[in-house]
Amino acid sequence: MGVRELRAAFEERSVSAEEICGAHLERMERLNPDINAFICITAEPALERARDLDRRHAAGETLGPLAGVPIAVKDNICTRGTHTTCGSKILANHVPIYDATVVRRILEAGAVIVGKTNLDEFAMGSSTENSAFGPTKNPWDLERVPGGSSGGSAAAVASEMVPAALGSDTGGSIRLPGSFCGVPALKPTYGSVSRYGLVAFASSLDQIGPFGKTVDDVALLLDTITGHDPCDSTSSPQPVQSSVKGLEESITGLRVGVPSEYFSSALDEEVERSVEEAVKLLESLGAVINRLSMPNTRFAIPTYYLVATAETSSNLARYDGVRYGVRAKENRDLRGMYRSTRSSGFGSEVKRRIMLGTYSLSSGYYDDYYLKAMKVRSLIRRDFDEAFRNVDVLVTPTAPTPAFRLGEKMARPLDMYMSDICTATINLAGVPAISVPCGWSRQRLPLGLQIISPHFQEPKLLRVARAYEKARCFRDEQGPLPLEKKG
Amino acid sequence: MKITLDEVRRIAALAHLDFSNKEYEELASQLSDILDYIEALKELDTSGVNPTSHQTESGEALREDEVRPSLSEAEVLANAPEHGGAHFKVPKVIG
Repeated sequence: MGVRELRAAFEERSVSAEEICGAHLERMERLNPDINAFICITAEPALERARDLDRRHAAGETLGPLAGVPIAVKDNICTRGTHTTCGSKILANHVPIYDATVVRRILEAGAVIVGKTNLDEFAMGSSTENSAFGPTKNPWDLERVPGGSSGGSAAAVASEMVPAALGSDTGGSIRLPGSFCGVPALKPTYGSVSRYGLVAFASSLDQIGPFGKTVDDVALLLDTITGHDPCDSTSSPQPVQSSVKGLEESITGLRVGVPSEYFSSALDEEVERSVEEAVKLLESLGAVINRLSMPNTRFAIPTYYLVATAETSSNLARYDGVRYGVRAKENRDLRGMYRSTRSSGFGSEVKRRIMLGTYSLSSGYYDDYYLKAMKVRSLIRRDFDEAFRNVDVLVTPTAPTPAFRLGEKMARPLDMYMSDICTATINLAGVPAISVPCGWSRQRLPLGLQIISPHFQEPKLLRVARAYEKARCFRDEQGPLPLEKKG
Repeated sequence: MKITLDEVRRIAALAHLDFSNKEYEELASQLSDILDYIEALKELDTSGVNPTSHQTESGEALREDEVRPSLSEAEVLANAPEHGGAHFKVPKVIG
């Protein structure tokens, strides 16, 4: 059952919050050993909270839109009193002393947090293999990756261990796993959802967003977490428009742009075919298709890796073994303590990115690399501004391929970086985008369609996604997970 | 763009990181590959283009400076690897 069905069942008392929670915990216990979506399962506090909600419900209290609904939270989002490790050895013992704003908001809406999900260390990766707690497996094929970095959240929703989850997206980290695992996954507009309590990776790109089984559940979660927060200076003070309201309206006459640059020779043939079918389906729903060009698209990955790693080198300077985290034993003097703590605490991809960022910011290279990247970023944003003069939304593939095999891209960092070729532009421009399932590959792997809208137009974005989802009926073709068939 | 072993060592020192000799060599080759790929940006003419460093307009987040409760000393020290009194403890800085 999805978020809405669970909430309704709880409301009419056909099932208690404790029963809902227990059933999901039981499924997590059964499936998680194979999938490894969770770093930590918070069974006892979750059941305690569910019982509390049942008591309040029985006493006649009016409860929020997520009351009794189990939700998983990516392990780079701070949860007071519950470990938040970022998938890193350096934060293995870290217990936050406050809740992230999104956590506070879903708790106020009545959600029951059942666990913290696995991720690439500090959200750096496209496969959830760079985790100190082992890789997450794709529920549709346990020999393949779930995508990353929010692979744990996507796999948890796809395998129905939870009806919904929160993740974070810096260059595609919500949408790519959404595509690989076959679940709707939204990166909201930069500034629309507070980043307070999200452990920083690249602050000008990071954004928290929801995963759900359906687009209407994604819209409900977005409405719950979005809004101004004085604790985040980049949080937008704009009044919030509900995405749930008007979600089911028609998309007749809506202008849909298809940028040719996203259909390069690197694109897998099956992905291309299923995205083209999606374009036809949107047209049959009354959308007007407009083929257009966004000429700076191919510069996105180099720009992204310069901007993101420069911000990484600065943000991750705080892990020095002084205020939190694991301090290395060997520490003769202060500098030696810094070096041994950081060298033994960080994994190799995180260190590689810190090195690249430190290099591009160092004296003599700043103008050629970091400053250049910030200028190209302006050109990429301009591509979006110009496209949105003529169309309401854009559609592209989410990922160039279906889910790849575990280990396949670990030896060559650049190959892994190319997984974000369709998603990183969106973070550089700050616009919102959703991945919705659009078909299956011959090997029964899900494929994703990415829909993009102008800043703060999530209601329109989700309306298109919802219309497509209803017409495509992806979930009807889904069938049981392979690991459940084995009996 | 070829990045030398000496340069990799200099960057590692700036970043407070240490590597084995084999790792330094791997990094030199991997960073060189990545920088080669990034060279593609140089063909793009960006003269007259303003850099984008932030997504939002600066200044809109300013507010009155009001005194409010903050975290307690115990909470602030709760995750410290070592502390004493109201302080974070670190290894000796001056010999």
